[in-house]
Amino acid sequence: MTINYMSGAEAVIQALVENGVEVIFGYPGGAVLPLYDALFENNQIKHILVRHEQAAVHAAEGYARSTGKVGCVLVTSGPGATNAITGLTDALMDSIPIICLSGQVPTHLIGTDAFQEADTTGISRPCTKHNYLVKDANMLCDIIHKSFEIASNGRPGPVLIDLPKDIQLSKVKYKNKIFNTKDHKQIKSSDLDMDVINKVAKLLLQSERPIIYGGGGVVNSGPHASKLLTELVNILDCPVTLTLMGLGSVPNTNKNFLGMLGMHGTYEANLAMHHCDLMLNVGARFDDRVTGRLNAFAPNSKKVHIDIDKSSINKVVSVDYAIVGDCKEVLFALVEEVKKLHNQNIKKPKTKWWSQINKWRAKDSLGFKQLGSNIKPQQAIKSLYEKTKNMDTYITTEVGQHQMWAAQYFGFSKPNHWMTSGGLGTMGYGLPSSVGVQIAHPKSLVIDISGEASFLMNMQELSTIVQYKLPIKIFILNNEWMGMVRQWQELNHGSRYSESYTASLPDFVKLAESFNITGLRVDNINNLEATIDEMVNIKGPVIADIRVEKEENCFPMIPSGAAHNDMILSSEDNNKDTSNEGLALV
Amino acid sequence: MSVYQKNEVKEAETSRTLSLVVDNQPGTLARVIGLFSGRGYNIESLTVTEIDNIKNLSRISLVTRGTSMTIEQIKSQLLRIVPVHIVRDLTLEGPFIKSELALVKLVVNGANRVEALRVAETFRARTLDVTLSSFVFELTGKPSKLDAFIELMRSLGDTEISRTGVSAISRGYKTETKLLDQI
Repeated sequence: MTINYMSGAEAVIQALVENGVEVIFGYPGGAVLPLYDALFENNQIKHILVRHEQAAVHAAEGYARSTGKVGCVLVTSGPGATNAITGLTDALMDSIPIICLSGQVPTHLIGTDAFQEADTTGISRPCTKHNYLVKDANMLCDIIHKSFEIASNGRPGPVLIDLPKDIQLSKVKYKNKIFNTKDHKQIKSSDLDMDVINKVAKLLLQSERPIIYGGGGVVNSGPHASKLLTELVNILDCPVTLTLMGLGSVPNTNKNFLGMLGMHGTYEANLAMHHCDLMLNVGARFDDRVTGRLNAFAPNSKKVHIDIDKSSINKVVSVDYAIVGDCKEVLFALVEEVKKLHNQNIKKPKTKWWSQINKWRAKDSLGFKQLGSNIKPQQAIKSLYEKTKNMDTYITTEVGQHQMWAAQYFGFSKPNHWMTSGGLGTMGYGLPSSVGVQIAHPKSLVIDISGEASFLMNMQELSTIVQYKLPIKIFILNNEWMGMVRQWQELNHGSRYSESYTASLPDFVKLAESFNITGLRVDNINNLEATIDEMVNIKGPVIADIRVEKEENCFPMIPSGAAHNDMILSSEDNNKDTSNEGLALV
Repeated sequence: MSVYQKNEVKEAETSRTLSLVVDNQPGTLARVIGLFSGRGYNIESLTVTEIDNIKNLSRISLVTRGTSMTIEQIKSQLLRIVPVHIVRDLTLEGPFIKSELALVKLVVNGANRVEALRVAETFRARTLDVTLSSFVFELTGKPSKLDAFIELMRSLGDTEISRTGVSAISRGYKTETKLLDQI
């Protein structure tokens, strides 16, 4: 019998292939040269050379979020690994499955402050779901297989594998993945408590003012979970709102959809949350952007929480019923139970609730007036949506006002088409993320809705975009300000705009041209639609510099420290001073 | 913890003893401690040693303080750590034994030497080292017993204290064997 010996680096690559990896985002360096050597001879994995390691992780996140697969990253030791940390933290906060391979100095040099040495497993411990330092080449294959399971099972997250250079060079025997590994901590669908499901189904039917609030867990659970959630909403004829992370899991066109909730959510969504008598949370985590002031959060409601992560339950909001499990499995059981009970005529009419909600809707909290020739940023997003809604469009964003406007005014009819940094709020996320999305969906229209300040944070990736001929459209809402910082300074700090103006911006059209891509600029509302048409129709990448109204604020808004029923709808509405506690909040 | 104030139900904090079975690997302890420091939980006492050298498992005995909501959080968060296999709340499960070992060095001369030995005998401490001007005593038992002994020793002379922290186990015939078999 011949034993298949190979180098550690070759074994790593083979293990990636065995785990279904087709694309890896990375940047070479001294400590990963053997891995790059193994990649050189491999034609099963496509390597995408980014221009910064943070971007490699964000690209892998975009890839993972738009496909449901595990994203894969390869970086070198020391600065390569430390640069990846922001991306890993972002993936942890938003529960995105990522495998990050990092090079490390050879084992005998670990701890000697060798060149490009960093305690990578130490640094990344709190920002990964799990990490490994491989010190024994015989463990290499098992660790990689196990890492893929950890990254994708349960609540997904990033896993880092630190690979010393001598391990990459040592001879190892390749081991295949064993599939029936039992994990005693894994939640099985058979563990579902049908009693609780039955009670919740009854509550849903019998409550007078129910609301369903869905989050990123529904998207993470796969497209089927989104279908089931929509089905549940339709059967119950119940209002539904979604978090920033959950957008798309119920189509925006569904008549029961109230829009996004939370700090910049719609009036009707937040008021319905506040006045409901039953709240069903599906795969969301009562994040502080969503709840507002906790002691005034949905005060007269029974709360039900479905989450795959037990630690999310009762973390910040105590609930009456908790169901720990995968959204699609719990939703399936719940839909079946509701259908069964539906015939028993126990359903309470919700007409009063809907007429109340329709009154809130009539406030038209997302309304704005497009006057004069200046482009309102809201209008820019609205027009972008109108022009692209019938195409296969994927949206990524950076972080700030443009992100909120995108969430408010762009409609998402399908899950996995909206990639934004929710938990960590990472400026510079959108451009590299769009690289990952476009690699995964070469034929689709991928748009990075950006702000000029966020764009500057990772604009080196223009080079990646050009190298791989990715036809990404970069739609910059350019107001020359770090808009959200400016808005908070206006509302909370007496309009003292400390360091929030971006001076010395580049000429984005010339910048585009220097990379040999198309640059467009528009500053008049009359030319907006034509510019969007032009952008969409150009085959290659485009930077569209959309000069928008400079001092527009993002509304509606729950001011910091306030409750859902304390929203402000416009600047004129902001007559109350923020409380001292509120000022301390982020 | 959210940046917003928590619900204003003020519930008393209580002391809880947790017993964990974890993989005996580099980094596992760092993960457990990092969880406590990163999320602002308390650790009052912590001991770790290998308990199974075939399966490579260690036990962490941990005493923490918090409201029941915080303790539930701590337990769920601990279970998220990949190499943490079992998290038991001994305080909640029922009667259990808490024991600790202390080494106490006492520098003492003259008549107090006899007093020191008398106290040690009363507490059933063992004398591990003697010089003409000092003793080293070893004492095991409940933390409160150790506290009382150490307080008496301090009144007799200059002391140096080394304590192991609490090790704990449930009373009765039930064992973890079934849980351990699943690992």
